Amino acid sequence: MNKRTYEVIFIVDPAAADEEVMRLSEGVQKIITGQGGSIVKTEMMGKRQLAYEINHKKDGTYVLLEVEGSGGEIAEVERRMRVNDQILRYMTVRVDEARRRAQKLKDRRARKAAKQPSHGKAKQAAADADEESAE
Amino acid sequence: MSSNYEDRDLGFDRGFDRGFDRGFEREYDRTMPRGPRRMQRRKICRFCIEKVDLIDWKDVKLLQSYIPERGKILPRRISGVCAAHQRMLAEAIKRARNIALLPYAAD
Repeated sequence: MNKRTYEVIFIVDPAAADEEVMRLSEGVQKIITGQGGSIVKTEMMGKRQLAYEINHKKDGTYVLLEVEGSGGEIAEVERRMRVNDQILRYMTVRVDEARRRAQKLKDRRARKAAKQPSHGKAKQAAADADEESAE
Repeated sequence: MSSNYEDRDLGFDRGFDRGFDRGFEREYDRTMPRGPRRMQRRKICRFCIEKVDLIDWKDVKLLQSYIPERGKILPRRISGVCAAHQRMLAEAIKRARNIALLPYAAD
């Protein structure tokens, strides 16, 4: 099956110390690798103010992971995060499809630019029609 | 469900949009009553100009420019963002809201 890419972000209780956040993050990463996924990148976004209160807390520490895998490990990680009181909120976003779409748009633009030295609108229209039928 | 944007833009601008898209702008000019409202320049999608293919939900600064004080998503009839980019933008704003980067509703 195709590999999928996800962004997993979670908010840790602001009372948790830095090492504790690190430990949580490592724990999550271990679960993912244990289930056959891989970590593309990790980012500690640091403590920032929440736009609204969650569990009566006004700020939280954000941790972002980029994960590659089949999707099964995401289910496991989410299950663990749900029961963890220190994690105020988590969210997983699948990004590979959107990125592929963006890449496609970019490629199309590049192709159009390469075709540029055209004379007259009719020619351009014909080229556009060709491109559409090709897809 | 009526917001202040809604009130501002009923009728006049709607008709303007429709006529403009079909290339009737000249006829439109003759027939439209000259209201107290000024004709506004057609706004252009800034994401199209910058050739943005993907709007990141983590880019709080960018998203913030599309939510007025109340925290609502700025309609594209105000911002001039094209339909495709408005969809991306709305999705990104909703994701950012979920993870408390942006408010659902402000004061």
